[in-house]
Amino acid sequence: MNKDIPASSTRAIEARGLEKSFGEHRALRGIDLKVNQNESLVIFGPNGAGKTTLLKIMSTLVKPSAGSVWLDGIDIRDKSVQIRHKISLVSHQTFLYDNLTVFENLKFYGKMYDVADLEQRIREVIAWVQLESRLHDRVGTLSRGLQQRASIARAVLHNPSILFLDEPDVGLDPHASVMVRDILGSINSGSRTVVMTTHNLERGLELGDSIVILDRGKIVYQSPRNAISEANFRQIYDRYTETGR
Amino acid sequence: MNKTFTKIFAIFWKDMLTELRTKEIIVSVLVFALLVLVVFGFTFGAGLEITEMVAPGILWVALTFGGVIGLNRIFAVEKENSRLEGLMLCPVDRAVIYWGKLAGSFTFMLAVAFVITPIFLALFNLPVFLPRLALIIILATLGFAAVGTLFSALAVNTRARDIMLPVLFLPVVVPVIVSAVKATGPVLAGGPWGDMLTWLQILIAFDIIYLVAATLVFEFVVEE
Repeated sequence: MNKDIPASSTRAIEARGLEKSFGEHRALRGIDLKVNQNESLVIFGPNGAGKTTLLKIMSTLVKPSAGSVWLDGIDIRDKSVQIRHKISLVSHQTFLYDNLTVFENLKFYGKMYDVADLEQRIREVIAWVQLESRLHDRVGTLSRGLQQRASIARAVLHNPSILFLDEPDVGLDPHASVMVRDILGSINSGSRTVVMTTHNLERGLELGDSIVILDRGKIVYQSPRNAISEANFRQIYDRYTETGR
Repeated sequence: MNKTFTKIFAIFWKDMLTELRTKEIIVSVLVFALLVLVVFGFTFGAGLEITEMVAPGILWVALTFGGVIGLNRIFAVEKENSRLEGLMLCPVDRAVIYWGKLAGSFTFMLAVAFVITPIFLALFNLPVFLPRLALIIILATLGFAAVGTLFSALAVNTRARDIMLPVLFLPVVVPVIVSAVKATGPVLAGGPWGDMLTWLQILIAFDIIYLVAATLVFEFVVEE
């Protein structure tokens, strides 16, 4: 049975009835989500709300207990290898190898993704994250902020059409955080679909076209960004999450 | 097909480069295996009778237990910094990851074996050039690496991974250890090919079984 959604859909991501349990704990309880092509969605929620689990399922890292996810109209359970060419994930973990240089790390991932004209592409992404001078330094010698920039370079190396960002600024000092935010802001220039989870309400609002609040594995609030004012979003967040109870 | 080999080689090369810089696996395995050899060497001496009785066992105890230490590190490096997730995000079958890691663990264990074995032969006053022993070592190491890579991936997600790996690994590789010991005996005693042939065939059979089974189940071991 073909479980793909018609390709004519402008939807980059569609999740229906998504559930995930870890033993007795229900991390996700029936998530329905739609993200259009080239749109950016920001998912807010307290710790343990299920944000990371949701992102891991959408990025094929974890299988859902129930429900389905389609990326670009393709069911991720059926064609996960094909889907992984189109997606990437930036997390607070860099996925980089400390004892390899930035260049060696990018070359490794580039080969895994069949990136054409790899060395030229590495130069492009490294220039974009402004790491040219550290290209041949071992990742372990870089500061946390520089490592995260290298991680962003890794994530966009194969030019994914869908990018998942799982709290990408966690553990960064304010300067590095601003730098990473600027880079992520330029990712979200309308040419790819971005889904980001964050605790940081202000930064999340800056990047999102639409907003979702997740609490205890459920979507408790959903809205286009332009329907929310920055001033009242804190109240909305508190009202809909445990913080507000 | 070429792309698959390129990716397997990329994982292998990444592991080689990391190991060349850290020497974590090679040094720890080498030191442990050398210690075992030296302790047993002093305990049993180098008499001909003793050599025939215990030498094959000593060699394989050193290589097997040394190998366990190395295998523990094979996937531990991927667990740090969630690198395994980075690998799992790559657009490749899980089997490609298994074969890439297998190539690395096989090479590390083989490198250690080819350093340890001449020392072992010299310690027990045996001829250092034994091509038939090299064949046994290659086949047995392949079996160890095939099972060890799989269980290393399994154990890395457990809290007591240092204990879990030997508990899982050693019972399963008993046929390989026994075959290797039995095939090594006639080689050290200068016996004919025929004396070791059956054990070599068993080693080859187990290598094939382990490689096929591990390739098939690896996906279920690493998927959450």
